[in-house]
Amino acid sequence: MFSLSRLHMIPLLPLLGAAYLILFGRRHSRTVVQTIATLAVFASCVVSTDAFFFGLRESVHQGGISELVYPWFSAGNVVVDLSLRMDALSGLLCLVVTFIGTLIHVYSAGYMAHEEDYPRFFAYLNLFCGAMLILVLGDSLPVVFIGWEGVGLASYLLIGFWYKENANASAGKKAFITNRIGDFGFLIGMFLLFRATGTLDIPAILDSAKSGGALVAPLWLGQPVAFWAAVFLFLGAAGKSAQIPLYVWLPDAMAGPTPVSALIHAATMVTAGVYLVARMSAVYMLAPAALAIVAVVGALTALFAAIIGFAQNDFKKVLAYSTVSQLGFMFVGVGTGNFAGGIFHLFTHAFFKAGLFLCAGSVMHAMSGSGDITKMGGLAARLPWTTRVFQVCWLAICGVPIFSGFFSKDAILDGAFATEIYGHGLAWVGPLVGGLLLLAAFGTAFYMSRLYFLVFSGPCRADEHVQHHIHESPVSMVFPLVVLAAGAVLAGFVGIPPAIRELFGKHGESTLAVWLEPAVGAPLEVAHRTEWSVMGVATIVALGGIGLAYAFFGGGYRAPAHAFAKKMPGLVALARDKFRIDEIYTAIIIRPLQALCRVVFLVVDRIVIDKVLIGGWAFLADIGGRMCRFAQVGDVQRYLAVFAIGFAVLVWIAARPATPEVEIAIEGNHVAVKLVDAEADNDDLTYSFDFDGDGTPDREGRDPSATWIYGGPDRHTISIVIRDERWHTQRTLKRDIEIRQVP
Amino acid sequence: MPGYLYILVSLALFFIGTTGVLLRRNALFVLMSLELQLGAGSLALLTFARGLGDQKGHVVAFFLMALAAAEAAVGLAVVVSVFRTRKTIDLDGINELRN
Repeated sequence: MFSLSRLHMIPLLPLLGAAYLILFGRRHSRTVVQTIATLAVFASCVVSTDAFFFGLRESVHQGGISELVYPWFSAGNVVVDLSLRMDALSGLLCLVVTFIGTLIHVYSAGYMAHEEDYPRFFAYLNLFCGAMLILVLGDSLPVVFIGWEGVGLASYLLIGFWYKENANASAGKKAFITNRIGDFGFLIGMFLLFRATGTLDIPAILDSAKSGGALVAPLWLGQPVAFWAAVFLFLGAAGKSAQIPLYVWLPDAMAGPTPVSALIHAATMVTAGVYLVARMSAVYMLAPAALAIVAVVGALTALFAAIIGFAQNDFKKVLAYSTVSQLGFMFVGVGTGNFAGGIFHLFTHAFFKAGLFLCAGSVMHAMSGSGDITKMGGLAARLPWTTRVFQVCWLAICGVPIFSGFFSKDAILDGAFATEIYGHGLAWVGPLVGGLLLLAAFGTAFYMSRLYFLVFSGPCRADEHVQHHIHESPVSMVFPLVVLAAGAVLAGFVGIPPAIRELFGKHGESTLAVWLEPAVGAPLEVAHRTEWSVMGVATIVALGGIGLAYAFFGGGYRAPAHAFAKKMPGLVALARDKFRIDEIYTAIIIRPLQALCRVVFLVVDRIVIDKVLIGGWAFLADIGGRMCRFAQVGDVQRYLAVFAIGFAVLVWIAARPATPEVEIAIEGNHVAVKLVDAEADNDDLTYSFDFDGDGTPDREGRDPSATWIYGGPDRHTISIVIRDERWHTQRTLKRDIEIRQVP
Repeated sequence: MPGYLYILVSLALFFIGTTGVLLRRNALFVLMSLELQLGAGSLALLTFARGLGDQKGHVVAFFLMALAAAEAAVGLAVVVSVFRTRKTIDLDGINELRN
């Protein structure tokens, strides 16, 4: 039974924590602040667990648990409710976010112990958790978008947490602005879906997609609505999840505190893009071409970021490019229609990458804050716990069998080689991305092993002073590390592929794939032969990468590494400079944009707004004032004369009798005259009508209309006199009429 | 005497007053002409009040008397004070707010 509380508690608890800490955090001691923040997320974790294990089990095939928090707005046919839904997919994500979030709060208590702005940090961290949970649980696209922007805000605030250094603030801005480009895609995708389906509710859109309907109608370039919506949503996903071409913000985001990098920029927020694609799986399934784009972009990103990772010398930068690369893996997973595989990698990656980042934090803590791996080495003996955890997570990310990364990477590779979703024209996409991923997996094993060997093996290259301070981190930091290491091993077991399950006498798809089926569709069928060969190749690739890294960097920089660097200095420098992508973006986008801004500033701002619109009005007022000055003769008697004339004019206007429209309707010899708009509010008007032209009124009174019956066909003149009793003025109107026939 | 004759007298008085106010250069004469205008107004009010049998006109005429007295007091005070600073009460010479 889902009894403990309701769904809205899950995002609300961390948000309340954030609000309290922002408002009153400064009044409390560090202990109280960290306790409030951690408890807020932990309570949310408890509620999520309760909902997941007790509420969801019964309802997972009926679309999970949903809750209408309140009807948000409705305008015309747009009805948007603030409603939450926990189904198989969002439930899993909820658990990951709250569980790892709790661990990272505990870790931060130790890591940020010497920080001055303690409450602010924890408030932002809580804000992030709340926004992420809204993103995950949101049941309609606008609600997801709130969470989407909320995590973007929290990310911006936390990257620039040490805002006093300009570089950090710039990194925050870069992340935010790059994400805005993606958000544009998200919005366009959302609008397209709304235009086609008339709703923004995710279940309704997915139902509409499953029945084909409006989403398969061609939109532009002969492609259906689903294709364009999928592509634009993927642009949003690529921004949030740091894929080519929008990945550039993530490495810079390492300017934030390390726990932030672990939680936001590795485990949770950056996977939101993958989540979005999986969430909208039915829409993507309608558009294989869009899936192919997702898969190819993911594979290229995976390989490209891995290559950049070869030559980075900052601990966290290596991990950042690794994250970009692993996110590429996930996108290949979802992009090959293997949504369960992509989500599986998201799940295992959250554990081992968070573990790796927290190890990085622990190492940097020991190394007096420096992350330069060229100045490290030999830390295995000095940081025993950190080293062991790092080893586990390292083997997991390399894809060594038994560790979780092996299974999830394998699931993605299987999907890439086995998928048949693209049809004939695009059948080459699957093997292509599979091949690219194998290369990327080799690269992953290589750069992660390089990182491991340079940091933990051989002699220490740090200077005396730093070496003196090296110490293992406090328990509050080591404890989350150990838990994450356990996760890095165990998380893989929920996704053991069918080929291995068979050895243990079990049949069917992996536990996770079966669990996710109601949310993302049936898992891909993979032949056991393919599975075994992919597993074999992947293991060889992983061990090969580790072996090559050992030959280059085992126990510090070795001869082959120097030889390679000497042989290809250009290539190494290019990789170290991240292929100068930032510089290229600066040259082709930022510089022209700045030039355009400059032109707009000079033309629109300076000339149109300042000179014409602002100066123009001032000029008119000035001219008007100068002209009015001539009337100011200063002679009181002339003023009085003008006043007297003006008053006389007013009296004349007020005393003037009305001049109404005269409507004459002739029917045979019946004539009806009506005065329209004869000062309807004036009760003092009297009207007299003379129809026969004998000079005496035939009809008289306050009624502005009259009728008359003529004897025979003839021309007549009707004269109407309107009298104003107030002023004793009168006006005479004459109209000529002709009676043509008498019935 | 028919009522319209009173109105004619009132009109004549008002035009004399207006002409004086607009054309005389001496501030004292202007004030006196102003009193003529007020008197013309009072006369019209009283005529109409009698003609229409409505007592409101009489009331307003009393108010006008009080108003005229107050106006004369303030107006003369202003004239005296202007004379003290400028040694003249010729309106042609008092146009500091020009342009």
